[in-house]
Amino acid sequence: MPGISRRKLFGLGAAGVAAAGAGTLAVASLPEEAAPARTGSASDPVPFYGEHQAGIVTPAQDRLHFVAFDVTTKDRAELVDLLQEWTSAAARMTQGQDAGTFGAVGGVPEAPPDDTGEALGLPASGLTLTIGFGPSLFDGRFGLADRKPAALAELPKFPGEALLPEISGGDLCVQACAHDPQVAVHAIRNLARIGFGKVSVRYSQLGFGRTSSTSRAQATPRNLMGFKDGTANLKLEDTDMLRDHLWVAEEDGAAWMAGGSYLVTRKIRMHIETWDRTSLTEQEAIFGRTKGEGAAHGMAKEFDEPDFAKKGPDGQPLIADIAHVKLAHPSSHGGARLLRRGYNFVDGSDGLGRLDAGLFFIAYQRDPHRQFVPVQLALARQDVLNEYIKHVSSGLFAIPPGVRDAGDYWGRTLFS
Amino acid sequence: MRNALLLGALALATLTACGGTEPAAPAASGSAPAGNGKVAVAASDTACQVGTAEVAAGTATFSITNGGSKVTEFYVYAPGDRVMGEVENIVPGLTRDLVIELPAGTYETACKPGMIGKGIRGPLKVTGEHKPLTDDAQLAEATASYQRYVRSQTDALLVKTQEFVDAVKAGDQEKAKALFPVSRTYWERIEPVAEIFGDLDPKIDGREEVIEEGMEFTGYHRLEKDLWATKDISGSGPIADQLMSDVKLVVEKANAEKLSPLQLGNGAKELLDEVATGKITGEEDRYSHTDLWDFAANLEGSQAAVQALRPVLEARDAALVKTLDEKFTAAETALEAHRKGDGWKLHTELSKDELKVLSDTINALAEPVSKIAAVVAQ
Repeated sequence: MPGISRRKLFGLGAAGVAAAGAGTLAVASLPEEAAPARTGSASDPVPFYGEHQAGIVTPAQDRLHFVAFDVTTKDRAELVDLLQEWTSAAARMTQGQDAGTFGAVGGVPEAPPDDTGEALGLPASGLTLTIGFGPSLFDGRFGLADRKPAALAELPKFPGEALLPEISGGDLCVQACAHDPQVAVHAIRNLARIGFGKVSVRYSQLGFGRTSSTSRAQATPRNLMGFKDGTANLKLEDTDMLRDHLWVAEEDGAAWMAGGSYLVTRKIRMHIETWDRTSLTEQEAIFGRTKGEGAAHGMAKEFDEPDFAKKGPDGQPLIADIAHVKLAHPSSHGGARLLRRGYNFVDGSDGLGRLDAGLFFIAYQRDPHRQFVPVQLALARQDVLNEYIKHVSSGLFAIPPGVRDAGDYWGRTLFS
Repeated sequence: MRNALLLGALALATLTACGGTEPAAPAASGSAPAGNGKVAVAASDTACQVGTAEVAAGTATFSITNGGSKVTEFYVYAPGDRVMGEVENIVPGLTRDLVIELPAGTYETACKPGMIGKGIRGPLKVTGEHKPLTDDAQLAEATASYQRYVRSQTDALLVKTQEFVDAVKAGDQEKAKALFPVSRTYWERIEPVAEIFGDLDPKIDGREEVIEEGMEFTGYHRLEKDLWATKDISGSGPIADQLMSDVKLVVEKANAEKLSPLQLGNGAKELLDEVATGKITGEEDRYSHTDLWDFAANLEGSQAAVQALRPVLEARDAALVKTLDEKFTAAETALEAHRKGDGWKLHTELSKDELKVLSDTINALAEPVSKIAAVVAQ
């Protein structure tokens, strides 16, 4: 059975293992309603098919490879064909199989293999692949202008941002998350290769450590400033809040987006060297939380709700009005919440003796203009943290609903 | 049509569909059949279980039973999604047969429940005897045609390199500079052939960094450095003479070499690899920045190899030929935007965005070109 599985035990379900040697069994789908709270082993596959795309409420994996593409073909049919090919390869790779049916070593020797091979022998490693469509895809090239959701209107300019166009935007994006960086890179590399001639890589970003937890089963990780990040994050157990704040409903405007979400990415460069010279007191005042436990000032524990009215002996609020936790808190924005899923990055060094480091911010939400935008406007205007960070790239993408089964594909509801 | 046997097998994908009254055969167990009995295919909404992953070359019959709830289709694809045979509209509960001729090679089977998408794929290996490639008259004609191309290019290479060498030896810097990219054009068009002779290629076309310890930096790029960087060719005469005698030697060898069809396919790809790694980056002609001359020559040489194979490719994979035509045209058009006079803009005159457009078109072309060798090898 050449090319069926990188590692049969992980790649196939029990039926596939039993059938090994008896012929060819292509497994189309895993059970659609996998228990949501399951974090399982870091090597396990995550179901690809379902109502929503995986990689959003999926407990955040440790590694990221994010890529944005420009669509270079002008042919709508060719784009749809690519989305179908990608879906097929993604369904395979997320289950620990090679990108193509023959795999890295199973094809004819005269042909380049249909998988690049660096993930041979590696398990699925929790790989999820999540596709998004940027505002520029709806510019009329593919007859989609009248299908553009209002929520996909470009983000406003935020004070202080220094966006580099070459690492911003994109017609398409794919977020690959996995517990093994090699598996995430392998997935993006193979999708990029399948796309040659139809899409061109605009930029890609590696992330080496998750900075948010998306499940109560996960501990809150730390960003490169050393603080716990995303304590108040939306989590997969909050079913009602996910419905209200994360998933697009049919009545939201664009029916094809029902079951989908919107993604905002921001590459945030951190001036970590100056941050590291800042006193602990000031660092904690800027965040409004303690560095060790992560508790809001005046509170004992990380998950204790902050009390912004609480005052210290000097009569001043314990949490300053311009502290990060206050500015970003849902109570400051009519309850607006985000599902954050960012990753730390270090892209080598900048030639000036400093690490080129920071946070690749990723947030999913039902409507970025009612959720991310007000929060970021408040942060951009007032946050003292701005002295230590710079937003250098920005992306906004419509995340279509999940692929239901082998007869479905990424973006079907948009293109059909 | 002298080779009706092989080509006929490829061109004909016969299809018969029987009304499905016979009971569905269960998926066959056991290993690949040596002969070709019926291969049972159990199709459902979520799986596509083919009774065997290997059949013998020749006629194969697939018997597809739709046990699912959606109408399905069954396909056998050759690499590149070339349809070898298909059965459409298999309604739930029905069994239909697909009879196809399959030469040895690797294929994919696919059921398409709901008749959309790429389907549920699985591999299929077809094994058995096949004749050596050069026995095929059409392939023999392809290599002969390409050999003629090599001869025409080597003739011009000798003439133009001699003119370039003469200009260098005469101390005429301007004339030598003008002739440098022109003489290289004939070299770059057939470079994969020259590369067969491993020791000569670095002497003629080696860049400074590939020169090993104890080896002298010679050839085109040494003269390029003398002309553009050192701006002194008073001592370049011996290097020029050496280049001419090395070129004569490689031409002699290239024309004596018997090329295989696979070498044509791989050579076409290698030329595009040269563009992607050396020319787009401006590394090849770092002193003169005449990389776009080499770019154009690589592209032309790649196309010449593909054209020589064209009758073979058309018979075996017409869809690939169509894609190749489109992508070659796109690459030529992209490059044409940078024409300047009789030649090309310097690499340094192109913006990063312009270089990315060229890079994208070469990537788009090189993928289908990389599929040629496997089609030739069938």
